[in-house]
Amino acid sequence: MATAEYETHEHDVIVIGAGGAGLRAAIEAAAQGVSVGLVCKSLLGKAHTVMAEGGIAAALGNVWPEDNWQVHFRDTMRGGKMLNNWRMAQLHAQEAPERVLELERWGALFDRTKDGLISQRDFGGHRYARLAHVGDRTGLEMIRTLQYHGIHQAIDVYMECKVERLMKDGDRVSGAFGYWRNTGKFVLFKAKAVVIATGGVGKAWKITSNSWEYTGDGQSLAMWAGADLIDMEFVQFHPTGMVWPPSVRGILVTESVRGDGGTLKNKSGEQFMFNYITDYFKGETADNIEEAERWYADKKNNRRTPNLLPRDEVARAINSEVKAGRGSPHGGVFLDIASRRPAEYIRKRLPSMYHQFKELADVDITKEPMEVGPTCHYIMGGVRVDADTAAATVPGLFAAGEAAGGMHGSNRLGGNSLSDLLVFGRRAGLHAALYAKNLGGRLSVDAGQLELVVRETLEPFSRTTGENPYGIQAELQDTMQDLVGIIRTESELIEALKRIEGLKARARKVGVGGGRIYNPGWHTALDLKSLLTVAECCAKAALDRKESRGGHTRDDHPYTDDTWGTINVVLSQAGDGGVALRHEPLPKMPDELKALFQERK
Amino acid sequence: MPTYTMRVFRGDPGGGEFKDYRVESEEGMVILDVIHRLQATQAPDLACRWNCKAGKCGSCSAEINGKPRLMCMTRMNLFGEGETISVAPIRTFPIIRDLVTDVSYNYEKAKQIPPLRLRPPDPDGKYRMMQEDVDRPQEFHKCIECFLCQDVCHVIRDHEDHKPKFSGPRFFIKIAGLDMHPLDTVDRTSFVNTHAGVGLCNITKCCTEVCPEHIHITDNGIIPMKERMADNFDPIVWLVRKFRGGKKKTPA
Repeated sequence: MATAEYETHEHDVIVIGAGGAGLRAAIEAAAQGVSVGLVCKSLLGKAHTVMAEGGIAAALGNVWPEDNWQVHFRDTMRGGKMLNNWRMAQLHAQEAPERVLELERWGALFDRTKDGLISQRDFGGHRYARLAHVGDRTGLEMIRTLQYHGIHQAIDVYMECKVERLMKDGDRVSGAFGYWRNTGKFVLFKAKAVVIATGGVGKAWKITSNSWEYTGDGQSLAMWAGADLIDMEFVQFHPTGMVWPPSVRGILVTESVRGDGGTLKNKSGEQFMFNYITDYFKGETADNIEEAERWYADKKNNRRTPNLLPRDEVARAINSEVKAGRGSPHGGVFLDIASRRPAEYIRKRLPSMYHQFKELADVDITKEPMEVGPTCHYIMGGVRVDADTAAATVPGLFAAGEAAGGMHGSNRLGGNSLSDLLVFGRRAGLHAALYAKNLGGRLSVDAGQLELVVRETLEPFSRTTGENPYGIQAELQDTMQDLVGIIRTESELIEALKRIEGLKARARKVGVGGGRIYNPGWHTALDLKSLLTVAECCAKAALDRKESRGGHTRDDHPYTDDTWGTINVVLSQAGDGGVALRHEPLPKMPDELKALFQERK
Repeated sequence: MPTYTMRVFRGDPGGGEFKDYRVESEEGMVILDVIHRLQATQAPDLACRWNCKAGKCGSCSAEINGKPRLMCMTRMNLFGEGETISVAPIRTFPIIRDLVTDVSYNYEKAKQIPPLRLRPPDPDGKYRMMQEDVDRPQEFHKCIECFLCQDVCHVIRDHEDHKPKFSGPRFFIKIAGLDMHPLDTVDRTSFVNTHAGVGLCNITKCCTEVCPEHIHITDNGIIPMKERMADNFDPIVWLVRKFRGGKKKTPA
């Protein structure tokens, strides 16, 4: 058994995760003059922010001067079916425009309006064209801008480094402990404050737009360190993922296709979304094709096309069409922009979609429709944070971006993620730095905690005949796909929890061969722990919430329930190592904001 | 299902060899799918990098049958059934293990480039740029940093000693993108000559050929940059520019 040999780095603030939220947090903390370390599992610039396509939602008012933060706030809350933390949604809508302009000052080149300002595009659930964008590769522009701005700030970047556990000194967080993927050697980051910006949990599902990285590390690290998670039952299945060929199933097809004029059709060519307009969105949604068509050019006198209903609504509709036998040949539906917009326009507005379908599916999207279906994309829930400071419920711990919960309620609007990363990444970095500055004295790291992690981390090597980690991961993905998917029901959720329990036991006996240097089998084995933790959290919260709302649909409780609409499901680590569940009331929205929901239709 | 022989490099800085694996491939599969199938079934510790699996993150660069490509964008149906396909790490950078190389050279070069410095905004506090003026730098912003252009570039692929004084095509277009930014005020001429080493490039266009984003690295990035360098050293051009006045830029 190896002794606990490790290198140590000391910082005021450690940020875990280097996507949009982590980079923005690190930049802000560095601007406060504290010492900052940025730790990421992949190389810098490869986090999933790079995959974001459509744009950044911000009420700049460049295309529609009528737009303002109040309208954006209202859209966001309604998109989340009012379960959002109102204060987060307010700060987000108020600060997003400044965060976008700041990116421009740091070198981002967004597509322009005729007046030379940042252009904005239509997206689901947004009343006005609101998304600042660069073709369909906005996330790439955003991460590159933050990356190249960040490397000139005083930030130490630790790439290809995986954090296994947070360290604590009494009640406070005092650091993070993990290993270098390149060498397999251990590393300790001593820090006064830790920002979790690790993204999502999508690797727990079989059909997903998420990469290998999204194994719920941050949510798990926080919970194991004593923090609360909220809203973990709400998972966003993006309505349009690729469905064919099988090897690309789940890869994202941007909502911009619909924002720029694409429509969903079933096998008979029917625009079926007109049959799925719920009462909740009736007032603002066109109920006939003529009005929907007029809306693209005239938003004042027409209601929005149902093709751009929020993602939860569209995903359920596609699911129903396919189940009813009206789907496309490979189990999806058709997304048609070819017959609706000129080829030149499609190639200019959606270059990476054009490229993606051409190269991977032999489909020319300027000539034929795409086949699409829902894919696991995003988790609304995450670490429970204070809206203003992004502080988790453990002193010294902060969280931002997808890893944090509350901002999006039960369903996130497209475009609200990139803006969320910027707004709350900055806030997390700022408040982590202020917290570190104000914290006197020195924190210590307990050698016992550390030894335990070292032992656990190396154990798989000693079980050379143990089970293959890839097999367990695949079984979990099947379980979540089949039993904790878009449509859920009590018996299936109970079955899912039973299977997860079994997989947890098997994961404890997993074995790996080879050495410690860049060993994906070992990395997969270690990531199982967090992946199973968040899968359990999701299934448990889903079983508890006996209603349907946003990214949580129960076949056995198909209606939205007002009582549940005032409750967050809060999860935390139980004494026995399991997951404890409790209910807490949603923060109360002030009357002046409530009034925004009575004004219109 | 067609079966292929995958000849995959297995090794580390101490050495290594190609190992053959027989793998089945399903419709639509790409090289990366096959590598994943190998990991899950035959070689769990086979090291490779990947993230997006859609040609957007630039992580899974490798040399497939000797050609630098993204594994996630290389379809199996490109190869004949039963064909042996070799997969090797990109050669220009030191190997860590199997298909993973140490690309830190690129991150060091990135840091050296003098960053953007914007001119003041318009009187109303806003910046205005016309689409036709951002079209050119936007082409360079498409770069996914797969470093295939760096891998294939003879200047560093065959001459380790050039690395300290040569940034490589990826960073030539990074610099070009900054220089073409309509609001930028920095003059990077001396940096491009002394640190970036654009003079070493002899325009063989290998970088452009392997770019998965089809960026015209040579024609739109490097050649104009070389021309600007030449202009700046031509005393007559220099005089004319001085006389007429031009875009005001201050040295980095």
